[in-house]
Amino acid sequence: MAAATAMRFGQLSSGSDMAPDWTTKEVSTGTTIMAVEYDGGVVIGADSRTTTGAYIANRVTDKLTPIHDRIFCCRSGSAADTQAIADVVTYQLGFHSIELDEAPLVQTAANLFKASCYRYREELMAGIIVAGWDKRRGGQVYTVPVGGMLVRQPVSVGGSGSTYIYGYMDSNYKPNMTKDQCLRLVSGALSLAMERDGSSGGVVRLAAISETGVDRQVILGNQLPKWSTTGYIPYCLSKGLEIYPTV
Amino acid sequence: MALSNVLEIPTSGFNFENVARNVALEGLLEGGQTKTPKPMKTGTTIAGLVCKEGVVLGADTRATSGEVVADKMCAKIHYISPNIYCCGAGTAADTEKTTDLLSSNLTIFSMNSGRNPRVVMAVNILQDMLFRYRGQIGASLILGGVDCNGNHLYTVGPYGSIDNVPYLAMGSGDLAALGILEDRFKPNMEMEEAKELVRDAIHSGIMSDLGSGNNIDICVITKQGVDYIRPYQESEYKDKRQKRYKYGPGTTSILTEKIVPLELEVVQETVQRMDTA
Repeated sequence: MAAATAMRFGQLSSGSDMAPDWTTKEVSTGTTIMAVEYDGGVVIGADSRTTTGAYIANRVTDKLTPIHDRIFCCRSGSAADTQAIADVVTYQLGFHSIELDEAPLVQTAANLFKASCYRYREELMAGIIVAGWDKRRGGQVYTVPVGGMLVRQPVSVGGSGSTYIYGYMDSNYKPNMTKDQCLRLVSGALSLAMERDGSSGGVVRLAAISETGVDRQVILGNQLPKWSTTGYIPYCLSKGLEIYPTV
Repeated sequence: MALSNVLEIPTSGFNFENVARNVALEGLLEGGQTKTPKPMKTGTTIAGLVCKEGVVLGADTRATSGEVVADKMCAKIHYISPNIYCCGAGTAADTEKTTDLLSSNLTIFSMNSGRNPRVVMAVNILQDMLFRYRGQIGASLILGGVDCNGNHLYTVGPYGSIDNVPYLAMGSGDLAALGILEDRFKPNMEMEEAKELVRDAIHSGIMSDLGSGNNIDICVITKQGVDYIRPYQESEYKDKRQKRYKYGPGTTSILTEKIVPLELEVVQETVQRMDTA
């Protein structure tokens, strides 16, 4: 009964059909997020586009959210839902860490995310990658996709743009990479995904988390790694081909 | 919520009583061939930017109810606290009430703690409330303020998502306003330049969007205080009233007059001495 009245309410308040979709759609992070583990820490990365329907609400979003000193989460899905969950987990983890009187484990943070995402799975739309460093197990990456599963992986991608880079990730990831190799892998993968996925774009935000601290960087649009299919004109110029006018 | 000094206590679950009532009313009125009144939407252009000395907020002043302009001089920049103001787009009632609630809660907090509220606090309270109502409160807000941590500008969406950016535009005219802001915004602008840029952004929204119009309000918040300029610029298309619509005494004739004195008797009298020593 409540569901029926709620649906009817939606029809009452949706206004005219001429209204553009960005006035009625929820804000979504669209997104490509990625995390890789290396010996001594993790490297995480995300694009920076938040969309409301077809409109880019924020082109410089920071989707890498700190949960604790050495634990971050990468957010994809509904912006409101992921921000709310991240706030809840930050509080819970902070409280837990004070009680324990030591730095919390990444596995604990991941389990807290899973607990919220699984319990409220019908109401939420959130795909989260939890990554960080702790004393017991070093660098770890845990993925909590929509639905509330929890699994640890050495490398993980998420968001709408992730589908385009599974192949790149599978063929280019090797165990025991160095931090710089991981940074190149993540920035390369993200730029490929941003090229193909309409809901991903903007700048690439990277963070490297290790025992010594968190090192954040931003790669601007014109500094992204270039590929031979990235852009028609650079490709032609690099091959010395004529540039044909495109309709 | 952990704020123990906040006035409102949220009831658990969602309250859809009014939805059932509205559906029933629609049914009744449809039979009588009348339409339920459309909720008054602000259809708006609002913008804000952070400059060197503070934050500049701007808004148009048109409130629409369907295709009719319901209010030509609507105030869309709401007071939250002496150092924080909030522009609201979306359903007029929702933005009014939400900002009123926020303002009351922050005043109680100020009195309790003796401190000026911070912008992040206002943003967090709004986010909590809007997320709890899962988008049913149609309020898109731009919050701007100056506190001990600097100059801040945030946007809160109806579903409870927040963004912290140096310049923003919201409402139905946001695309037009954002075009102007994207072109001319620079970090750490001077105050006069910032006011002109916000004015131009709102003006662009008014020109390109039917839901925005009439006058432009500007609110400048700095460490020294707030300058709420209403209106900053009046519409060039202002109409001149043809007549005065006030009725002088004697317009309605009095036919009979009956005076009934109320007889009150003293039922109980108590005297309490005040110790004023």
